[in-house]
Amino acid sequence: MIDKQLLSGNEAVARGAYEAGVRVATAYPGTPSTEILENIVKYKDDIYCEWSPNEKVAMEVAIGSSFGGVRSLVAMKHVGLNVAADPFMTLSYTGVKGGLVIVTADDPGMHSSQNEQDNRHYARFAKVPMVEPADSQEAKDFVGKALDISEEFDTPVILRTTTRISHAKTVTELGEREEKSVPEGFVRDPGKFVMVPDNARKRHPVIEERLKELAEFAEKTELNRIEWEEKEIGIITSGVAYNYAREVFPEASILKLGLTYPLPEKKIKDFAAEVSKLYIIEELDPFLEEQIRAMGIEVTGKDKLPITFELNTKIVRDSLLGNNSDILEKEEENESDELPYRTPALCPGCPHRGVFYTLNKLGVAVTGDIGCYALGVVPPLSAMDSLVCMGASIGNAFGLELALGDKIKGDVVGVIGDSTFMHSGITGLIDIVYNKGASTIIILDNRITAMTGHQQNPVTGKTLMGEETEIIDLAKISEAVGVKRVLTVDPYNLDQTKKVIQEELDSDEISVIIARRACALLKYVERKPPLHVDSEKCKNCGFCLEIGCPALVQGDGQSRIDDYLCTGCGVCVEVCPFDAIEKDGGIDD
Amino acid sequence: MTKTTNILLAGVGGQGVLLASEVLSKTALREDYDVKKSEVHGMAQRGGSVVSNVRFGKKVYSPLIAEGEADIILAFEQLEALRWVKYLRPGGIIVTSTQRIDPLPVAVGEIDYPDDVLERLEKMEYDVVSIDALELAREAGNQKAINIVLIGCLSNYIKLSVDGLRQVIQESVPEKTVDINLRAFEAGRTHENILTLN
Ligand SMILES: Cc1ncc(C[n+]2csc(CCOP(=O)(O)OP(=O)(O)O)c2C)c(N)n1
Repeated sequence: MIDKQLLSGNEAVARGAYEAGVRVATAYPGTPSTEILENIVKYKDDIYCEWSPNEKVAMEVAIGSSFGGVRSLVAMKHVGLNVAADPFMTLSYTGVKGGLVIVTADDPGMHSSQNEQDNRHYARFAKVPMVEPADSQEAKDFVGKALDISEEFDTPVILRTTTRISHAKTVTELGEREEKSVPEGFVRDPGKFVMVPDNARKRHPVIEERLKELAEFAEKTELNRIEWEEKEIGIITSGVAYNYAREVFPEASILKLGLTYPLPEKKIKDFAAEVSKLYIIEELDPFLEEQIRAMGIEVTGKDKLPITFELNTKIVRDSLLGNNSDILEKEEENESDELPYRTPALCPGCPHRGVFYTLNKLGVAVTGDIGCYALGVVPPLSAMDSLVCMGASIGNAFGLELALGDKIKGDVVGVIGDSTFMHSGITGLIDIVYNKGASTIIILDNRITAMTGHQQNPVTGKTLMGEETEIIDLAKISEAVGVKRVLTVDPYNLDQTKKVIQEELDSDEISVIIARRACALLKYVERKPPLHVDSEKCKNCGFCLEIGCPALVQGDGQSRIDDYLCTGCGVCVEVCPFDAIEKDGGIDD
Repeated sequence: MTKTTNILLAGVGGQGVLLASEVLSKTALREDYDVKKSEVHGMAQRGGSVVSNVRFGKKVYSPLIAEGEADIILAFEQLEALRWVKYLRPGGIIVTSTQRIDPLPVAVGEIDYPDDVLERLEKMEYDVVSIDALELAREAGNQKAINIVLIGCLSNYIKLSVDGLRQVIQESVPEKTVDINLRAFEAGRTHENILTLN
């Protein structure tokens, strides 16, 4: 019997890696890619897998394994490839030994991202082939296909997914693992692996030749298939957009591209010649469209379809066939648009809350970073003034101080999470020490990579494969790079937190404050009984609401605590001037 | 079984929306439908709205339910029912928990939670089933079982087999909570505000 399962695209990629004989898999977490490695770990007897400190390192480890001759996979979210772009661009020149697939999971619509860059451009930029699955079955199968292409053409291969591929579950048939042998030893090949200019100059023409061969391959491969129906409308599409196209145009002929770089020019021209009208249906940039137009083919694409955000069947239908929805529907739409928006917020009990409450009260400029704590920007905490990319907070803080000098002295704080600090905060810190800055940096150390769903990282003492390991000490690292003022506070203790931050802002030296308390959602963190408001004592001053805790609600003339949400962390107790917030059965310690 | 069934589940992060959609889609797979289920992880789950699309039928393409296409909305919270109602097709069904979770701007007193959500839903041209899933889950033994109470209630209006659902629930919840969850399922299934459908 065939084993059919409902797998997400990420689970399918993991399974694909297993079946295709991958031996090393690396990643740094990032939505929507995270679950790939979280699922590969199921196969840890056959696949070594790790959370690397960042995507560049993940890429470099995978490149090393490929040079060693085993099949390797590295996964990241779209912006992760920016971090890994340096090794990636030259990897195109070296080529591979063992097959190497680079999974980039893009996030059109920015469900959980700071931008919606279209990473298909990276394939063209680096001159490497790219495959794009349209569902989980393809996500699984394309891993093996990508590795075959990688080995046949001596090239890394990009496998690009998007949120609706990564996180949609679709029916997938499983296969068996095909074991690949490990080479007897490392085979030296400096002309290929050592990219000094002399060697690189020899490699570049090879890359151009490879691209031509790949374009020929694109003409024949079953990855690019034509579904002939009526010839009135022809559609060229790929990835998740194929599904929208098929559903909206059941009668159209479709050229479905699985290999989206390089393109099969002849196949496209032949297809275009057969149909009366040609649509290009793709999400985000006109990546296919521009190349197809350059072939001299007339198409309808981004002149009708949006270039921003995700597509869906409604958008495809309305854009290409015209909108005929009635007025009634519009009214309902307006009605739901005016409903209170459910902004994401720091969870009840989140240790980051105390720091942002304090920063808000101090009124300082806060250069922010990426993680759960980005939610420090949400009112009423409203304590974040910049957020660019992972690690940026530290350099941004220093730059702000350089720009405004005395005018902003003692009024800037950079905040960064523990995982983000390990990812790319350390070099920023070194810069400030080296160049004699005096910034105040707070490491929000909740002992986990929380935002992406609790992955281990170098401060947690555990590896992805579940082994105990060295705990990298944030205080010692800060000291080792030359920071003299390194302090640790408990962010549940507001008085202490405020006192220490104020002192460090006043100091003329760089300081690192480690705000340490484990994420309230971690299993080992005990959840205390919910607190409640004593209605005799509450004067409705609203102070407790300023901490922005979802469990604290403006009730009828008084604050109220939602016992479904409250974790009993007690931060609200500290801000209540009337001692009106208590544990059930009164305050006791 | 030619027509695709579209169920949109909507709730708030932490309410167990994703497990509920998992139960539905696994059951559908066992009944040999083509199934797609889609949702968003990450930022959206920090107390934000959580939506899951479950589609099953002979052949399903899009992983997303388009506006005006859902046969049923299963809402874990009243406001979310109203927020997503535009996705319902004419003549569709809303199954909603009466639970109310205040969005942060409401909690801090910046804006009001509309107090007429259920009335507004009932005024629309849809069949509405409202159920106090939180209370029923607590009675069954654990407030976390609201998702299973709601699946129980939903089971009256979809063509998936009840035994199939029970079986998948048993396999999907932690072992020591199986009894609680099966009780929760029955509580939802036999809840009094049951529509009669023709
Ligand atoms: C280059 C890059 N890689 C990955 C991500 C995804 N990402 C966003 S926040 C985050 C982790 C944050 O962890 P931490 O700094 O510990 O903060 P926490 O969420 O625990 O508060 C990750 C991996 C990203 N936005 N950019």
